[in-house]
Amino acid sequence: MEARIRARVTLALTLFALLFFVSRSSPPRQFVISDAKRRIDLSSHIINVHLTLKVENAGTRPASEVVLALTPTEVDHLAMVDALAIKGKRKKTTSVRLEVKPTELPDAPPIDAKYFTIYLANPLNSGESTTLEVLYVFTHFLEPFPEEIAQSESQLVFYHDTALILSPYHIKQQTTFIKTPSTKVESFIRVEPTNRVGTEIKYGPYEDRPPYSISPIHVHFENNSPFAVVEELVQEIEISHWGNIQVTEHYTVVHAGARHKGVFSRVDYQSRQFSNGASSFRHLLARLPPRVHSVYYRDEIGNISSSHLRTNSLKNGRRSIALCVLNARCIDYSIANVVSSFMIMHLHLNVAFAIIPVEASRSWKLSHVILYLEVVLPEGSTDPSPVVPFPVEHRLEAKYSSLDVVGRTVVVLEKKIFVPMHNSHFQSQTLELKILEIGFDENNHLRCLSFVDSLPDTIVPAKIFSLLMLSRQTHIKTIYQLCRMLFLHRWCLVERATFFNLVSFNLPPLWQVYYTFKPIFMLAEPLMLASAFFMFFVACVAYIHIDLSIRK
Amino acid sequence: MAAPETSTAAVPTLYTNNTLRNAFGGVLSFFILLLIGVLAFSIRLFSVIKYESVIHEFDPYFNYRVTQFLTKKGIYEFWNWFDDRTWYPLGRVIGGTVYPGLTLTAGTIWWLLNSLNIPLSVETVCVFTAPIFSAFASWATYLLTKEVKGAGAGLTAAVLLAMVPSYISRSVAGSYDNEAVAIFALIFTFYLYLKTLNTGSLFYATLNSLAYFYMVCSWGGYTFIINLIPMHVLLCIVTGRYSSRLYIAYAPLVVLGTLLAALVPVVGFNAVMTSEHFASFLVFIIIHVVAFVYYIKGILSPKMFKVAVTLVVTVGMAVCCAVIAVLIALVASSPTKGWSGRSLSLLDPTYASKYIPIIASVSEHQPPTWPSYFMDINVLAFLVPAGIIACFLPLSDASSFIVLYIATSVYFSGVMVRLMLVLAPAACITSGIALSEAFDVLTRSIKFQLPGVTSNAEVDAGETSSDTSEAQTDELKAEKPDDTSKNRPSKKSKKKERELAENPPAKATAKAKAKAEKKRLLALPLEASVISLLLLVVLGAFYVVHSVWAAAEAYSAPSIVLTTRSRDGLHVFDDFREAYAWLSHNTDVNDKVASWWDYGYQTTAMANRTVIVDNNTWNNTHIATVGTAMSSPERAAWEIFHSLDVKYVLVVFGGLIGYPSDDINKFLWMVRIGGGVFPHIKEPDYLRDGQYRIDSQATPTMLNCLMYKLSYYRFVETDGKAFDRVRRTEIGKKYFKLTHFEEVFTTHHWMVRIYKLKPLKNRIRGKAKKSKSKTSSTSSSKRSGTKKKNPWHENERRREVCYSNNCSDSFSAFLSSKPEIEFDYAGYVR
Repeated sequence: MEARIRARVTLALTLFALLFFVSRSSPPRQFVISDAKRRIDLSSHIINVHLTLKVENAGTRPASEVVLALTPTEVDHLAMVDALAIKGKRKKTTSVRLEVKPTELPDAPPIDAKYFTIYLANPLNSGESTTLEVLYVFTHFLEPFPEEIAQSESQLVFYHDTALILSPYHIKQQTTFIKTPSTKVESFIRVEPTNRVGTEIKYGPYEDRPPYSISPIHVHFENNSPFAVVEELVQEIEISHWGNIQVTEHYTVVHAGARHKGVFSRVDYQSRQFSNGASSFRHLLARLPPRVHSVYYRDEIGNISSSHLRTNSLKNGRRSIALCVLNARCIDYSIANVVSSFMIMHLHLNVAFAIIPVEASRSWKLSHVILYLEVVLPEGSTDPSPVVPFPVEHRLEAKYSSLDVVGRTVVVLEKKIFVPMHNSHFQSQTLELKILEIGFDENNHLRCLSFVDSLPDTIVPAKIFSLLMLSRQTHIKTIYQLCRMLFLHRWCLVERATFFNLVSFNLPPLWQVYYTFKPIFMLAEPLMLASAFFMFFVACVAYIHIDLSIRK
Repeated sequence: MAAPETSTAAVPTLYTNNTLRNAFGGVLSFFILLLIGVLAFSIRLFSVIKYESVIHEFDPYFNYRVTQFLTKKGIYEFWNWFDDRTWYPLGRVIGGTVYPGLTLTAGTIWWLLNSLNIPLSVETVCVFTAPIFSAFASWATYLLTKEVKGAGAGLTAAVLLAMVPSYISRSVAGSYDNEAVAIFALIFTFYLYLKTLNTGSLFYATLNSLAYFYMVCSWGGYTFIINLIPMHVLLCIVTGRYSSRLYIAYAPLVVLGTLLAALVPVVGFNAVMTSEHFASFLVFIIIHVVAFVYYIKGILSPKMFKVAVTLVVTVGMAVCCAVIAVLIALVASSPTKGWSGRSLSLLDPTYASKYIPIIASVSEHQPPTWPSYFMDINVLAFLVPAGIIACFLPLSDASSFIVLYIATSVYFSGVMVRLMLVLAPAACITSGIALSEAFDVLTRSIKFQLPGVTSNAEVDAGETSSDTSEAQTDELKAEKPDDTSKNRPSKKSKKKERELAENPPAKATAKAKAKAEKKRLLALPLEASVISLLLLVVLGAFYVVHSVWAAAEAYSAPSIVLTTRSRDGLHVFDDFREAYAWLSHNTDVNDKVASWWDYGYQTTAMANRTVIVDNNTWNNTHIATVGTAMSSPERAAWEIFHSLDVKYVLVVFGGLIGYPSDDINKFLWMVRIGGGVFPHIKEPDYLRDGQYRIDSQATPTMLNCLMYKLSYYRFVETDGKAFDRVRRTEIGKKYFKLTHFEEVFTTHHWMVRIYKLKPLKNRIRGKAKKSKSKTSSTSSSKRSGTKKKNPWHENERRREVCYSNNCSDSFSAFLSSKPEIEFDYAGYVR
């Protein structure tokens, strides 16, 4: 509560400050935004803001750095920001991803705003214009109000924003669309012209607004989507060069929406599902890679009833395993602070060194407050270096398991505020690879796959060695790579048709860890086993030959 | 048996042949033992395979929690652990009231594995402790039986024990309870006792007292050892079998064992002060007197000896009388005459049901029925008499011990179902002896009569008597020679020599004669022996099938998870853990949860919340208070709970899915136990014409009590009729409201329902308003306030009185109840 008030006060102060300093501000005035469209999607607790900016260089010199401004509260909840440059017109548009970096403006007005700079691929000459698409993703931005609701009530939330886009540039024309999940809107502030049709509230168009102009609004509306938040996800990937990859995931799941108050009635909850506990999450879903085995799942005290392991066949006969987790757990209904740590383990993929399934699809959007990815490298591996598509913190740890002597290196990657879009926003990237060999096993599974090694590492950091290749000793390098291939079925769409052909497909973003590993260390495990048997044999022989009787 | 004869009489070539055979036998029996261990371990894994790797039932959860504490905080913290999560507001000194053997064992295993960099969780170690120790137990059985009747009988007994259903029921994976370890300790202690008795070695005597110490650490059942061994010693003395070996076997055990036992905090001075141990001290004195007499006898001439005897007897009688008088006075001064309630109920089976309803309420404290014998030891029940007969042919010190063991354990198992567990090893040993002897006789008679073997029959005759070849497991059907290991003949011969020195040679010749006679007698007709051999194999096969069935179907259910097979596969009822998880996530850490004591251990272990009573039923009054609250009307119950600072009340309700061991079925015990301390609760009030019912014929007291209301609150809304699937009837009172409690959680299948006590504040405000509007004096509300507390204060005094003479016995080991009826799936339709 207090935090909220403080946040509001800060926001208000910020806005006042902004208003106050509007006239004095002097950011790089080279650009003018001729048209700005903002679409805010409030249908879940992860807020997507699509900003389409038509940027015009009004200065004299060519410039390539477009600055975006955000309020500090927004920045606190910002999960990610991404920008695309749109080229071409109408149907023939192509988009190019642009680099976005947080910056400090040295000549910025002393107002409370944080800045991001978009680096255009080609400098914009004087008088030219280009279209930019910016995606912001915010989490934990909707405030439930009231904070506690009874079982039969639906969840109402507040959304705070400004009707005018905060920008260091002059905006000639701007419109904001706010999309609410349902038509039930308790209240919203009008800043004329404002129009509400169905689930959409339209602010604008507003003409010719100076830089840093704002106009605070709030929308109080019904949002019954479950606010599923993974407070902490620790995903441990243990690699064995004998062909096993063991993935263990520990989830701490919380409902971040309004808390439950008073009586919980099972009768009502089960018989009247729509009016009761509408915002509770009744189940979560985890998709596992197709070839997992030995799956287990449990919560802290071993509860499993809430979960089912389903094997459903997809289009092309490939089986994927869906794990429905936390079904019953969440009945404690929307709101109660349900914390549950959860482990999923899936094992074994025949493709030697693959797979980091960092969350990809749950039934709904799950946002992660913090995500730890622990890659446990086999004993004896050295020089680990992670390559991740977005900035993360990383550190090294050591782990001892199964009779280890020197310990295993663990690369811990830590990412704060992780949202599903982190997995998807790279998909527009198209890669072209030449497939050399493809093999199938009897279950129509992709068995081996190899690529021409000539692709530049910057584009395709992942080389997927097949077992076949491995046995031929052709591609064994000292560098083994991890690549992320959560949905292998996407690959199989192209397998047959494009045998020996150049194919293009979308590749999900790759989290990789490069490390050096001498294959000789692979012998450590069988040696240990062999020596254990040998010891046993020696013991047997000793037992037979040595007189163990207690005689003088 | 005849090995020494062959070793002396046989030609050198034969001798080398024999050593080779012995070595081969040794290796073979080693591998058989290994397989027995694997069998014992793996037959107990059904629970993990069918369910999951989970701690079972009630007591194991407490043990698990203690183990977690031990591994986290270390041993010193553990000894000093005062647990404020149970028995609120009294608490419990865990370190001083728990048998630490199991916990320390599992903790040590865990520590060892972790220091070897094998990271296993404490839970995994706890789950698999019981199967590991049952493998140990079967090896100990082999050793014990080998001391009695040779290796063949030992192997048979080990196989039988590896899969005896009675022991399986207490040692499946996940059943992390004292008994799992204690049975091993029991058998091993007996083995070491017999070993000492056979060898007279002080080394084994010391080991014996260490094993006894481990047993004392592990289980309250150690009193069985400390009474059985003195009985055997006394038997030996009375039957004139006193020897210096007997003295060495017994005296160090009493001295060292008692000292070591006193080191265990939960036993402490009980080791010398309670009457369970008096028998051992008495026999200790007697054996010294006897030893002294034998010594004197050796020194004096027979005439002088007679004089000395009369002298000593007169003086000794006087002294003994004085000592006994003092002892009796001491014993009589203690309230329960020095005997704990549990032990008294052993001696007098009706004691518990007469005086302690808590003991009587546990199903496993009831006397067993005949089917339960068949269920738990199966064909062994028929083999035991044969084994006892075999023990008498010839009767040795060791075999007389086995006879005594089986006799006493049969008696005790007749008193209490639980003690079937003590009977099981004895039954296995005797049956092992019986089977082995039978196979011995039958195979020998076949061997004698087979053509071609007769030529060297003479040579074999001496040897085969030790060659107790028998079909090991019945699947194997492998005949294999006895493993008279190398050191064995020499020891035997030593013993024989000693015996020869002691006994007049005439006796030895008589023995040899008898043996020869026996040999002649034992040659049965070929057909008969083949057929009876087959029959024995069939009998064994039946036993194996039954054991596997029992392990897979009857005893593997963890009772915390229930499953049923429906059309679309396995359906799991995990409501208990769902409820406990809810408690741990959604309530404050310091909230107190009241439930019937069965669920106390689980609540503290899984939900980590403070409970009022738990399965360690050390305080009768406290349990009676909860029982009273459950059987009181809502208002009175609210007051009792509020006075105990309870925030949540948890009830188990099986009416929706047909889970029979729910609180409504246990309710009469709550009434009885509550009424035992608080007389205003009367059992007849809850019964209509002596019948317990919850339908429309039920008494108003029943329909208004808290347990009924909490169980059936809004139950009618599920199907419109409120049909209880356990009691198979519609409930009596369908529509009612709760005024002092509110439903906060009900699990998916309604098995656990949690209610919250409505806070005091609101109620007072309402009252105050009312009184103001009435313009009556405020004293009325005040009076109501004091009135409200009064019934409890009255009880307070009574409670204090009762605290002083509560049955202070720690029932922790004894009070894990296994629902006798298995879960009824039929009622559940979905």
